[in-house]
Formats: sequence, structure tokens, C-alpha cells
Amino acid sequence: MKRHLISAADLTRDDAVLILDTAEEMARFADRPIKKLPTLRGRTIVNLFFEDSTRTRISFEAAAKRLSADVINFSAKGSSVSKGESLKDTALTLEAMGADGVVIRHGDSGAPHRLATSGWIGGSVINAGDGTHEHPTQALLDAFTMRRRLVGEEGAALDGKRITIVGDILHSRVARSNVHLLSTLGAHVTLVAPPTLLPIGVDSWPCEVSYDLDAVLTKSDAVMMLRVQRERMNAAFFPTEREYARRYGLDGERMARMPEDAIVMHPGPMNRGMEITAEVADSPRCTAVEQVANGVSIRMAVMYLLLGGSEPALSRDDTARTEENN
Amino acid sequence: MDDNSANLHPARPVLEAPDIKRVLTRIAHEIVERAKGADDVVLLGIPTRGVFLARRLAAKLEEITGSAIPVGSLDITMYRDDLRLGPARALAHTEIPADGVDGRLVVLVDDVLYSGRTIRAALDALGDIGRPRAVQLAVLVDRGHRELPIRADYVGKNLPTSQRETVKVQLTEEDGHDGVLLGVRSTESAAHTEGPEDTGDTEDTGDAAPSRHGTAPAG
Amino acid sequence: MTEQNKTLLRGARILGGEPQDVLIEGGTVAEIGQGLRAADAEVVETGGAVLLPGLVDLHTHLREPGREDSETVLTGTRAAAKGGYTAVHAMANTFPVADTAGVVEQVWRLGKEYGYCDVRPVGAVTVGLEGKQLAELGAMHDSAAEVRVFSDDGKCVDDAVIMRRALEYVKAFDGVVAQHAQEPRLTAGAQMNEGIVSAELGLQGWPAVAEESIIARDVLLAAHVGSRVHICHLSTAGSVEIVRWAKSKGWNVTAEVTPHHLLLTDELVRSYNPVYKVNPPLRTEADVMALREALADGTIDCVATDHAPHPHEDKDCEWGAAAMGMVGLETALSVVQHTMVDTGLLDWAQVADRMSFRPAAIGRLEGHGRPVSPGEPANLVLLDADYRGQVDPAGFASRSANTPYQGRELPGRVTHTWLRGRPTVVDSKLVGAAGAV
Repeated sequence: MKRHLISAADLTRDDAVLILDTAEEMARFADRPIKKLPTLRGRTIVNLFFEDSTRTRISFEAAAKRLSADVINFSAKGSSVSKGESLKDTALTLEAMGADGVVIRHGDSGAPHRLATSGWIGGSVINAGDGTHEHPTQALLDAFTMRRRLVGEEGAALDGKRITIVGDILHSRVARSNVHLLSTLGAHVTLVAPPTLLPIGVDSWPCEVSYDLDAVLTKSDAVMMLRVQRERMNAAFFPTEREYARRYGLDGERMARMPEDAIVMHPGPMNRGMEITAEVADSPRCTAVEQVANGVSIRMAVMYLLLGGSEPALSRDDTARTEENN
Repeated sequence: MDDNSANLHPARPVLEAPDIKRVLTRIAHEIVERAKGADDVVLLGIPTRGVFLARRLAAKLEEITGSAIPVGSLDITMYRDDLRLGPARALAHTEIPADGVDGRLVVLVDDVLYSGRTIRAALDALGDIGRPRAVQLAVLVDRGHRELPIRADYVGKNLPTSQRETVKVQLTEEDGHDGVLLGVRSTESAAHTEGPEDTGDTEDTGDAAPSRHGTAPAG
Repeated sequence: MTEQNKTLLRGARILGGEPQDVLIEGGTVAEIGQGLRAADAEVVETGGAVLLPGLVDLHTHLREPGREDSETVLTGTRAAAKGGYTAVHAMANTFPVADTAGVVEQVWRLGKEYGYCDVRPVGAVTVGLEGKQLAELGAMHDSAAEVRVFSDDGKCVDDAVIMRRALEYVKAFDGVVAQHAQEPRLTAGAQMNEGIVSAELGLQGWPAVAEESIIARDVLLAAHVGSRVHICHLSTAGSVEIVRWAKSKGWNVTAEVTPHHLLLTDELVRSYNPVYKVNPPLRTEADVMALREALADGTIDCVATDHAPHPHEDKDCEWGAAAMGMVGLETALSVVQHTMVDTGLLDWAQVADRMSFRPAAIGRLEGHGRPVSPGEPANLVLLDADYRGQVDPAGFASRSANTPYQGRELPGRVTHTWLRGRPTVVDSKLVGAAGAV
């Protein structure tokens, strides 16, 4: 039984389309004078953030509140966690408080998986980003944005759409989740990065890999630019910011070579001048702001489908890869 | 096994296609009469089959009054009081006509009125959308067994039933043909998990326990 | 405790051979033959169990002094005895580090007092395992602990000059440097084997080349200075190739493999269960197969447990926060039977070679790793090889339970262990040993 959203790889195509369709309904409610729905009244959702991420936390908080859930924000900073309390003890505390759902952001890959499978808590776990592993709701909101812009049809997937993801793939949980989800939805994904920022083993992923942005741009329906941290330069992942921007950044000239209806995406926060120029970031083809708005709808959909009934609506696949091997 | 139980309890037609056509025409006339012209009427169907009935009623009203009647759909899933009794359900469309519902006479349209819980949820949902001048309810079949103080303003057919019986509304848009069937719930089929094939059985939409889940909304 | 002067084993299959009777008397194997009689001897009906020389572990973390919450010399040597070991080499990464004669003598003396298993301390190569200044290797060698193996295990002696000096220096007393081969810059923050699984899991990769490049450098260094080098816990197919090449040159290189690297792969990490977090990391199926083959053909000299106990809280947490290591003493022989004997890669005589003779020879350990024949020290282990059972850490003698095999069915069970003729394990249960509390 899938009670958690840990990895985009756990979602079947039907699951993913159901979440996108549900998010469309949620988006409709967002246009109304009264945005609140009574659906999760009496449910308690804890935002357990071991890493600072105000944007993501606010998005989950808004989603939970629109569904009338009680929201408890638990930030590791200034809490007992920074005094050495373990994830386990924190989890046991949340369990004692009766958390129905735990939204967790953690610096360690696998921490949400551990929380979900260790038996420490009984509620649903939603991964809000773990280390360099996954960020499934980000991928869902990206897919939602793409479906609206490129397909415009509910019930549909992203079959045949050509999506290019550019940047620091190695350290990107957004990229991992997107590769899984977009390929599940039938899109053709191409990763573009300097070889230093691609993981060893990437050739086993369901996507193409290129080192040449210009070669891929003209064949892309959507180009997703990932944030590249300047610190990576010091670890010799690339020589200089200037060289990175020249080879892998998106500027107006490159954007002009993209197909007419192609969009530019960015999960934010943007490094203007690094992976994306201001001209591109502010162009109507850039969906960065839209992605943020869509994030609330997607997170409402996920919370509703996981917590809106006695059991989740997502597929019951007992052989999910999140299960232990033995 | 399923076939046997179906044979043991054959569903009996209580309304045929011409009957449905006739009662919808009558309800349309009643609406015009009670609303004194239907100028400010907005029809909101409750998915799935309530929406098709609302569209048919809107067409009739247009025939009668000569002007277009706003028609939309109102999904009540998020407002149900039994969400925790079953798995999370896929949502259906909510589509409110462009001019909204404020100050209008909203006629809610559903296929079967049973416990009244669906309509309670619909009133809550409507309250979050706007403030109609008045709200009325039109149903194709009223099968009784109310659990809340709710009644219909327009009823296609009053159908006294026992709780063991099932009322199945079939509409061309969803099921390929029109008809209302009265059957008996077999204990086995009551325990069945419903799949997409079961969408023919609508009497329970919102009103009773058996759950539907995992089925993407049609349209 | 009373010592058993005479013990007669009936029908024991020495190194898996035909059933024979073995008479143990006064700490040595007195007689081997059919239908032996000894009126005053305690008789053990072996039922055709396999009799092996007491196992010798080149790589054990006993944690004392400093981390007695995870293991002590007492609990660790009890675990060793239950696993069929009669001698273990205690690694130097304790608190304080075993980098002086004082610390190694303390560990050695504790082992001697408890009497479950001989403890031969490993001395640190560098002061505080810092990799900067050579520890007093000669003093440790000359101490009562008779240190012959030196290792900064847990850390790599990554400075090529320090490694060269250590290799040269130990030549004076026939010591050996056991290298934990891990290039530190290539593995900063590393969490698991770098490959397909790490890419998916988003865990920082630990490339095989980080191990192989150090091994390549060190076999060349050992050849250059004419010393011998021992490679700890070899874990990759590439490492096997390098060692095979070095041996083909006639260089004095030996290597060990852990039981877990003979069985487990990085696919298990998909569970994010830190019980699979270990250094070096679990590798791929291809690596496992190469390691088995190398142990079979002798490229890898021996099996060493890298028994690494950790308290529960260091494993009952998220992957990134968890400690690296697995306990292994009490499951090693079963894993070797499962992976090497039941697969036909080794017979029991070869198991004795890889788990007793060769590790004793590498550690220059006298009185262990001897043939089972009259006149030899009665360091023996009796194994019920037909047994099949699930691993249950609740029954461990070790203070820690961080085994990756919990609930897994493994073959073989040590029923008896004798240390110089005195039983330390009887019917799979520990018996009080001399000096034991």
C-alpha cells in the first residue's frame, strides 16, 4: 500500500495523471473568493524542515491550510534537533502529537524513506526534498506546468514532448525526480551538463545525455534550467562562472533558437547571469512564477490523495521500490 | 458467481428513455413556472450524471424560454462527510458559469436523492462559491430514506424503495442509453470493490456507503 | 574453572575428510585415528562435523579502550570464540589510538586474562592515525603484545612518502603494513559505491578507483622498497586485478576480503537501511563474483571479518548520520560456507587455508594456523555444516547487533571451539574460560 510520496519513481502513469488532474481541480478552487476547502479538517500535517527552504515550506503550508488541515511547522533551526536530537526522536515526538502527515525536507538522501519505513511513525510521509535524491512534488508541479503549456488537455500525459534539463544534474534532486516522472509520462528527456556535473551511472537513467546545449535546444519543447551554485566552481566542477554561463547558460540568443512555442522553466531560486540571463528569466516564455503558483495546487492534490480518505488513492503497488529488499 | 447473483436479482426498469424525456420536460416547465420565467436561473449538475441531466434541462429551458440558461457542474467530493470511510476519491469537475451564482436562483440537479448527504455537501460547496438568491433541487428519482432535513423541489419520479434495493440511473452520455433500473443489492456485490465498469450504478453517488476510488472523472 | 585435560572427538571430519577420532590432551592434538580409546577423556560425539583449525582474524575491531558501549575485549573475544576464532587481530582505531606500546599491551593483556581467544593487537602506522608521523612501530613490536601487523585502518595512509617509510621501516622486524586503501580526496563525503545505484539514490559515490589507485601505488611502493604489504578488505574487481598482477611479478603482496563483500551488493542500499553502510562500501554483483573467484584461486589470501560493532543508535537513524561497519565474527564462517563452499569454489581444506593458515602466516602469529595433526596446538573449531538457520542477533555474544544478515538463512553452525585444548564454546554455547568473570 502506498501511503507515502517518497520518490517520483514510485508513481505509475495513472497515479501521476490522477495527481495532475486533481491539481487542475485544486487550481480552480484557487480562483474563488473562498479558497478554503473543508476536506482535511481535523487532520494534522507537520512540516518537518531540517533544511532552510522558506519557499517550499510556505507552499506546503498554504496547501495544507487551504484543505483545512492543522499545520505545525517544525524547523530544525533553534529546535532540539540542532541540539543533537535524532531524526528518530523527532519522529517519535511527532507521532505522539498525532501527525497524520509529515512533510519532510532533509539534507540527507533517504531520510524521508527512512522515516516512512522505519516504523517510527504511522502517518503518511511526503518528501519535500532529500539531499541529492528526490523532490517529487517539484517534478509534479513541473509536469503540471508543462502539461498546461504544451498539451492543454486534462487526463493527458506528456507523450512525445521533448524536455531538456540543463545544469547541475549531479547534485539535483529536482533533476532525479523529473527524469523519473517525465519518462513515466511519456516525455523524452535530455540532460545537458558538463560531464563533471553528471553522476556516474546516469547512462542507466531513462533519458538521453548531452554535453552540448546548442545541439539540443532546437529540438526542445521545454528547457528546464537548474540552479548552479557558485561554490561548485571551487570544487573544480567547472573552471569559471563565465565559462559555465557561456557553455551552459540560457541567454536571449539561445532562447531565440528554441522552437516557437517552447517554454523555459526554472525551479528557483534563479542565479541571474549564471544559468539564466535576466532577459530570459523575465520573458513570457519563462514559467518560473507560474511554477510557484502551480506548486500549491500540486501539493494540495498530493495531500488530498494521500490523506483525503481512509487510505490513499494512489496505486496499491506492494512491490514499490521503496520497500526493503529483505 | 456474479452472473448467478445477477440472475437471482434481475434489475427491473422503472423509467424508460421516453419517460426520462417526459419528466425532464415537466421539470423544466415547473422551473419556469416557479421561477417566473427562469431569467436568473443557473443550473448546477452534481457529477457525474447530474451534470448531463442539468445540460438536458438547460436545453429544455432554452426551448421554452428562448434564452440560454447558464449551466455548470458542482463537484461535492471535497465536502463529503464520509471521506474517511473509504479511500481518497478522484475529484470531478467543478465548473461555475462565468457570471457566477451571486443573486441567482441556483437549481442543483442530481440523478437520485437518497440520504440527502450529497445535497448537504453541495450546499456547503455552493456557499464557498457565492451567495445565490435561492437554491432549489431537482432530481430524476427520489427513493426516500432521508438522513437529513432535505427535500427536492422538482422530482422526476418518487420511487419508494427498501434499503436493500439499488437504483441505477443510466444516461446516454455516460452509459449509451437512457433508463432507470431497480434491483436488489446482493451481499456479494455490496462487498465488491468498484471498478471503472461500475459507473453505471450511480444511486450511491454521495449518498451511501459503497466507495468509488481510483477512477478518473469522465470529462 | 576446571580445565579439561583430555577430550576425545569421535567421528570428526578433519578439513572435511573422512570421519576420524581426535584425542586432545594437554593443549595439543595427541592422537588421530580410528576407534581411539581414552577412558578418562570427555567424549564429544561429533556426528561427522567438520573439524578445522581455529580461525584467525586479521581484522577485528574490539573497540576497547574508548568505545566500550559497542564492544569490549571480553564481548569481542566471546563473539570470536562463538564464531570459531582462536585468535583475532585487534585494530588500532581505539580511543586512545593503539599507537604506543602501552595501549597495545593493555589490549593484549585483557585478551589474555579473559581467555576466550588470543588477541594480537594491530599497531597504528602513524601517531593518532593522523597520517603524518610514524608511530613507534619498533616499540610496539618489542612489547609483550608482539605487534607484527601495523595499520591505520579506518583511515588510509594516503601520503605516499609516509607509506614508503612505513613499508621500509617494518622490514627491520618483518612487520607488515595493512593498508586501508581509500584515496581520501576521491571519497570525501562518500556514502556508497559509486555507480548506477548511487546515481539513483542521490548518495555520494565512493568510486572503485579510490581503492584501486591506492592499491596500485602501494604494491609498486612495496616492490620498490622490497617490503611486504597487506591490503585490507579488498572490495572491487579492479583491486583483484592489481593484486593478481602484483603477485605475478613475485612481489610480496597479500590481501584479505570480508565475508560481506563476498555476499552483499549495493542494491541493498536501496532500502536506505544503514545496516548496509560499511567501509569499503558494498559493491556490485560483478565485484562480488570477482572477489569469490580471487579468494578461490588464491589471489586473495584470506578472509578477514572487519568486525565493526556499533551501538544501536548509530544505526537506527538516517543513512547519512549512520556509522559505517558491520559485525562479522559470529557469521563469518557461515557466510564463507554459503558463498564459497556450497558453491563449490572452496573445499574445507581451502577454507582452513583462507581463514586460519594464511592469516596466521601474514600476521606471523605462532601457535595458530597450524595443521590438525598430532603434536600441534589444539586450536580447533568444530562446525555442524549441515545446519541451516536464520541469523538472530539476539543470540550474539557481541555487544552490538549491527549485522546485515538478520533474518537471513545461512548454513553452518560452530558447535565447539578449543583454545589450546580448552573449550571456549561447547554445543554452540560459551563456556567460562580461565580468568573470565
